[in-house]
Amino acid sequence: MTTTAIASSSRATRRFGNIALQIGLVLVVAGLVYAAADNAARNLQAAHIASGFGFWNNTAGFDISQTLIDYSSSTSTFGRAFWVGLLNTLLVAGTGIVLATALGFAIGLARLSRNWLVSRLAGCYVELIRNVPLLLQLLFWYNAVLKALPELHGSVTFPGGALLNNRGLFVPRPQFAASSPYVTMTLLVAAAAVVVLRLWARRRQERTGEQVPVLWIALGLLLGLPLAFIFLTDVPIRFDYPALGRFNVLGGIEILPEFAALLLALTIYTAAFIAEAVRAGVLSVAHGQTEAAQALGLRPSTTLRLIVVPQAMRVIIPPLTGQYLNLTKNSSLAVAIGYPDLVQVFAGSVLNITGQAVEVIAITMAVYLVISLVTSALMNLYGYAIAVGER
Amino acid sequence: MSAAAGGVYLRDTPEAALPPPVLRRGVLGWLRENLFSSIGNSVLTLFCIAFIAWVVPPLLQFFIFDAVWSGSDRDACLASPQLPEPGACWAFVRVWINYFIYGFYPIAERWRVDLFFAALAFGIGWLAWLGAPRRDLGAAYFFIVLPVLSYLLLSGAPLLGLADVTTALWGGVLVTIVVATVGIVASLPIGILLALARRSDIPVTKILAVMFIEFVRGVPLITVLFMASVMLPLFVPDQFSPDKLVRALIGVALFASANMAEVVRGGLAAIPRGQYEAAAALGLSYWRMNALVILPQALRVTLPNIVNTFIALFKDTTLVFIVGIFDFLRTVEAARIDPHWATPITSVTGYAFAALFYFVCCYGMSRYARNVETRLARAHRR
Repeated sequence: MTTTAIASSSRATRRFGNIALQIGLVLVVAGLVYAAADNAARNLQAAHIASGFGFWNNTAGFDISQTLIDYSSSTSTFGRAFWVGLLNTLLVAGTGIVLATALGFAIGLARLSRNWLVSRLAGCYVELIRNVPLLLQLLFWYNAVLKALPELHGSVTFPGGALLNNRGLFVPRPQFAASSPYVTMTLLVAAAAVVVLRLWARRRQERTGEQVPVLWIALGLLLGLPLAFIFLTDVPIRFDYPALGRFNVLGGIEILPEFAALLLALTIYTAAFIAEAVRAGVLSVAHGQTEAAQALGLRPSTTLRLIVVPQAMRVIIPPLTGQYLNLTKNSSLAVAIGYPDLVQVFAGSVLNITGQAVEVIAITMAVYLVISLVTSALMNLYGYAIAVGER
Repeated sequence: MSAAAGGVYLRDTPEAALPPPVLRRGVLGWLRENLFSSIGNSVLTLFCIAFIAWVVPPLLQFFIFDAVWSGSDRDACLASPQLPEPGACWAFVRVWINYFIYGFYPIAERWRVDLFFAALAFGIGWLAWLGAPRRDLGAAYFFIVLPVLSYLLLSGAPLLGLADVTTALWGGVLVTIVVATVGIVASLPIGILLALARRSDIPVTKILAVMFIEFVRGVPLITVLFMASVMLPLFVPDQFSPDKLVRALIGVALFASANMAEVVRGGLAAIPRGQYEAAAALGLSYWRMNALVILPQALRVTLPNIVNTFIALFKDTTLVFIVGIFDFLRTVEAARIDPHWATPITSVTGYAFAALFYFVCCYGMSRYARNVETRLARAHRR
């Protein structure tokens, strides 16, 4: 037998092995799925539990403590409860992402500060927060801090009319008067003027090299025009202030302690991880870039804004997205303190009432999976976009 | 120094250099450089000092100086004329400490738990000490001998004279450690297989691995635990239905494996192509190539990431709390609301103690990961 014949025969054996392996794997997986489905069907039948998604349109019959859309326990369906829970999840995740990003960037930049004390304090924050489980922090904020606040009649009153007690934070609710749409319109006019101003200033700088203090003029326009309008007409917004009733607080917007605790814990925890991502990103920008910018005569603030940050963002954005996804997934810890998020409402109450574990858990997982996959797809697109821009 | 003839002064040795100005050297110089280099910096520094002065003394006061160290019930920790503002109630922790460590494990059998902790510490030490002799034997001990030994010790083996202890009695640190250890012991081999499958060019294994990894990583751990605790009993015949702790362990192991697979895949990606080609040129088969050439290098470069995954897993073990398992955090939570110890500060004390435990464990592991990282960087530079 020649060497080529040996090579091709061994390649053929390997190929045969591969195909056999693949067929075997498919059979094993299909067998497992079949056995699981068969068992589940038999077990469910034995327990007299319905299957299928028919429960979606049945009346829910339980209360939810925070609803962003109309919901009533006597008339709304399980499907409606699902949307209520999903919106609550998105509310806490969205707010948390904004706050955690702000806090995380501040801490990350503080860690890079040349001031020894500032960078040490930021380092302590990161180490302390990262090494303690999120669930423990959440229970601490909820049980040891927010539940330990004064009772209703010892409520803390803030200047501006907000009330704080162990049932939550109550803030004044804005009520818009008839003239408020016109104020919004003046604001839009001011915004359009700012855009025009910015275009003109850039063209002027390109032509003559002279700069216009765009920021100050823009702030003046955006604040001045609406304020002048309000001054000339009447007050467009009045507030409905919360007031102490005999048994509860009347009026105002209620922020549940569960929401506040979850938001605090998620923000503080995720900010520590975002801070590390920011630090790594800024450190990844070569020192020569800063030196070159200084050699060109750019001021430190301009160097940071035009040279360092755009390059650092390329490194920061992928881990940052990962942290946003983590925050969204971690918001499911709401179930530990009873904030009505998707998991608490749907995989908790709805599952307990209907008993349809397979359908309910599958829907819950599908929601998180869709959020994750869509975000990763967008990230891949973004990564592709900046990879093309790189030379 | 010498004076030459003719009144001409010539210096033939240089004068010793003057020391730098006082403000540029020593403690003062350091302070100026690092804390007071500009007006803005000085303001920041003063602000930070004020912040520390505002936060640290009350904390020390609360946790150490005003703390109550001994007592048998809540009266010790309530405000009294001698102690108008009592600090942390460590007496509460002292009374409950055995519950925090062992849960309801029978008192007469607790030496078995201690033995398990010792055996585990021995295995971790063997594997973590990079210069230890025969680390291959250490790995065999950790991944094969230790699981069998621990199972016999903790769950009981009537043949060996060890009474059965049902998992319903396990609790506290014991459960936390068991969940974390099962997570790491199961996740490393499964994670390696998944990573290899994901990188292989056999379509079916690749698709199955990608589906499993992306699915598990895309959903919160809580839903995986719910799935394991609610759906698993449906999927198996009634007589095989696993007990509550085992179900949670399966959930944690699945979750940890998917994460570990991605970490190992990162390590595999760092191995240059030439290594594969060289191994293939030597005629090594796929498995021998991975076992002898690729994996040893890949696991070494990714060891810090493996430790970081383990830190995350250790923190995530607290989530078994939610499916009703008495891990360490759950025992603290249960003790905290005991009416015998109902004081305004019991909760804070309990949470502070739990935080201290997790912080010490996780911070220790992260220091270890950083040490390994610097060692690897040094070896790499050479």
